[in-house]
Amino acid sequence: MTTIIIVGIIVLLISIVFQVAKTSEMVSTLKGAAQSRKDSNNILGILLLVFMPVFLIGCIWSAMHFHKDFLPESASVHGDWIDSVFNTTLIVTGLVFFLTQIALFWFAFRYREQEGKKALYYPENNKLEMWWTIIPAIFMTVLVVTGLFYWYKITAPAPKDAMVIEVTGKQFNWIARYPGKDGKLGHKNFTLINDNNVEGLDWNDEATKDDIIPTELHLVVGKPTKVIVNSRDVMHNFDLPHFRVKIDAVPGIPTTFCFTPKYTTEEMRVRVGNPKFNFELACAQICGQSHYAMKMAVVVQTQAEFDAWIKDQKPYYETAMPAPAVAEAAPAAEEKKNEAKKEEKK
Amino acid sequence: MSSTATHHVSEEAIYHKAEWHAHHHHEHNGHDHQDTFFSKYIFSQDHKMIAKQFLVTGIFWAIIGGLMSALFRIQLGYPDEHFGFLSSLLGHWAPDGKIDPQYYLALVTMHGTIMVFFVLTGGLSGTFSNFLIPLQVGARDMASPALNMLSYWMFVLSSVVMFSSYFVSSGPASAGWTVYPPLSALPEAVKGSGTGQGLWLISIALFIVSALLGGLNYVATILNMRTKGMTMTRLPLTIWSFLLTAILGILSFPVLLSCALLLIFDRSLGTSFYLNEIYINGHAMVEQTGGSSILFQHLFWFLGHPEVYIVILPAMGLVSEVLAVSARKPIFGYKAMIGSMLAIGGLSFIVWAHHMFVSGMNPFVGSIFVVLTLIIAVPSAVKVFNWIATIWRGSIRFTPQSLFAIGFVSLFISGGLTGLFLGNSTVDIELTKTYFVVAHFHIVMGVAAFFGLFAGVYHWYPKMFGRYMNNTLGYIHFFVTFIGSYLIFWPMHYQGMAGLPRWYYTHSSYETFGHMGELSKFISTVAVIVFLMQVFFIINFFYSMYKGRKVTEQNPWEATTLEWTTPIEAPHGNWEGDIPEVHRWPYDYSKENGEGFITQTTPMKPGEVQLHH
Repeated sequence: MTTIIIVGIIVLLISIVFQVAKTSEMVSTLKGAAQSRKDSNNILGILLLVFMPVFLIGCIWSAMHFHKDFLPESASVHGDWIDSVFNTTLIVTGLVFFLTQIALFWFAFRYREQEGKKALYYPENNKLEMWWTIIPAIFMTVLVVTGLFYWYKITAPAPKDAMVIEVTGKQFNWIARYPGKDGKLGHKNFTLINDNNVEGLDWNDEATKDDIIPTELHLVVGKPTKVIVNSRDVMHNFDLPHFRVKIDAVPGIPTTFCFTPKYTTEEMRVRVGNPKFNFELACAQICGQSHYAMKMAVVVQTQAEFDAWIKDQKPYYETAMPAPAVAEAAPAAEEKKNEAKKEEKK
Repeated sequence: MSSTATHHVSEEAIYHKAEWHAHHHHEHNGHDHQDTFFSKYIFSQDHKMIAKQFLVTGIFWAIIGGLMSALFRIQLGYPDEHFGFLSSLLGHWAPDGKIDPQYYLALVTMHGTIMVFFVLTGGLSGTFSNFLIPLQVGARDMASPALNMLSYWMFVLSSVVMFSSYFVSSGPASAGWTVYPPLSALPEAVKGSGTGQGLWLISIALFIVSALLGGLNYVATILNMRTKGMTMTRLPLTIWSFLLTAILGILSFPVLLSCALLLIFDRSLGTSFYLNEIYINGHAMVEQTGGSSILFQHLFWFLGHPEVYIVILPAMGLVSEVLAVSARKPIFGYKAMIGSMLAIGGLSFIVWAHHMFVSGMNPFVGSIFVVLTLIIAVPSAVKVFNWIATIWRGSIRFTPQSLFAIGFVSLFISGGLTGLFLGNSTVDIELTKTYFVVAHFHIVMGVAAFFGLFAGVYHWYPKMFGRYMNNTLGYIHFFVTFIGSYLIFWPMHYQGMAGLPRWYYTHSSYETFGHMGELSKFISTVAVIVFLMQVFFIINFFYSMYKGRKVTEQNPWEATTLEWTTPIEAPHGNWEGDIPEVHRWPYDYSKENGEGFITQTTPMKPGEVQLHH
């Protein structure tokens, strides 16, 4: 019933507007084209003039109003650089935005057709055009130079002492892998993936046996962290919004991103004034039905806290191969399977 | 004022085709025949009718594409509510009045595809390139009217294939309009990648054929069929924009075709151009490995980036023309306007990888694309300054088309400037794939291109249909759409700055983005209202065709260009007598003591200074 009423009201409103428009058109025909244009020209000019301040003030007001909802202060070192380039760009573009929008609407109003006023035949002015080519070019150079200065710093190779974590995306969650005691991530092979071996770790490689696959992503404050990002199926995007990190997860082509967390979760909670605050890892590349829910909790800790946490984690090998007997037999079985696969490929 | 081409012709004479056939056998390759319903309205070879066909098809698609966005905005704005009408409309894709998450992706994908290709390429460029090129360069028709007709019917065929994908049981394509594999290659990954995606690829292949047939025709006509005296520097900016658009299309669409073909092979023939090390649905795809989905992105964006200029350049041309006519002033810096379009067109081919800054590309390569991308801002800025200078000290007549042209400039400024954030790879890390991107491209190439389209429709409607559209409805349409578009897309920048990624069915599953719900509700409400208010345009468009005020003057907007020297209802062949000769550039407005206008067909007076030759 309500639907019918709503539809009825909408149809009624539309037909009223339509009738009014039809009548006004008839009135303007009666008044004559010149007179009606004069009347409407003033009204429309004024409407554009009124629109301008409302629009510009609305822009400023809304930016201030929603500022609290923006991403909080960056939680990584390079995030501050990104924010600074963002702010520089905001100042430059903001200036241009206000000047050009004001000029556009002011001129539209000021130079509306009026009796006794003439247009100026003014087809070009090379000097002026040269200046407004050069000045934007200078601004662009400033933006490019600042941007690229930080771009090279952000994408520089990870320092040797960086902590290495591998993160693999799959429909629809993330798998994080830490190297374990040996500091090495063991080999993996997508043909070995099964329910008990989500990453397809190659148990023949000793280095896999102490690898840890926890359910949360733990990072160490102040420690450069290199994530190696992979995907198991379709494209995903490793998105840590608070750290200003995004990098595609491409099947078969590992990508890397190096960043340094600046605050622990606890410190961040104080900074944002929210005792329940948590960092989150999201997926930013459309990847299917549950793309919107492909998240992982992220915890930033001090080195000591991290060391204690990782000590408690069992190597994935132990969960994947529960009974010791199976554990012994498994590599051989896997090897056989592997060989079978290789045969198959040939 | 013009005299040579002002033919006062009776209705009878207009339709008396034999007359101009007799005069102009050398120009026209047609033969005398009676127009039947089919040859006049369906399989027409008259560029004006083909233009109207493109326009009406474009409007059909715009309604469908707009409806898609209204539907998914309802999901985004009201994620917890159930709407009965969604179930009635979408059936099992919206059980209990709530859109299924996979169908949500299908809606987003189809909205993007329809708007970018079918509305803003087919509908915009197809309409105005067809309509204005012969009329404004002074030709009887396109270089090949038959290919032109074929171009339209390929467009229809492509449309039918795309539309049919709504009715397959696994749903239409749902991998995003950029259809990145492996998602688009694997039906196991998302339902839409089954038959729906297959139809999508076939449809786009047909669309490309249509775009190429059209584009080659446009270029051939502009280069070879200009009337006497119509030098390249006397062409209206509309024609320059159509020429560059066509060239961009001819050079970039074939790359999309190859890109789509390889994807078709991967999907159906077991190749692996884009597939590598995939484990899906419980099995590892050992046979299809060794490809690269990054390759797809490079191929796709090699078209994809020129494509955004294919969308916006015609709008720029239309707006330049409308602004000059409305302000009664020459377009400011004609040569700079052409130069900047050339620069934009050229640069558009070498910036594509700015869509891929976070794909793991070599940082050095990334930096090259940053430099090239930000250089585009310079010619774009020149265009904006020149438009503003055009209305400065003009004598502006506010019509719906001039309002839409001014609105276009405002939107192009707003959307263009946010491009400087995204084009800078450093900032792009934070903003890419968020709603900031959505806001940016919707303002700068979505709504802005629509505004160019609207400006063009209101301005050339009298030439197309011999009647005027209703001005009052036009004004309402403008203000609602203009204010509404800013209300919809401006706040999306804030959602992007809050990190909200695109393609999310709902954002309440994250603490980080959960608080954007109220704003989403606001955006959705405005979006639905603005969509519904487009009914004023639709009513105005179709009603005025039959009941609008009749055009009684040959040149109602007092414009200088050639299309207004044709009879009010121009016949197939456009001019009754000889094609007029052109003596000057198209922007001699207010040249004599700030008054009047001099048509292109008016010979130069002795001692008159000529700007362009």
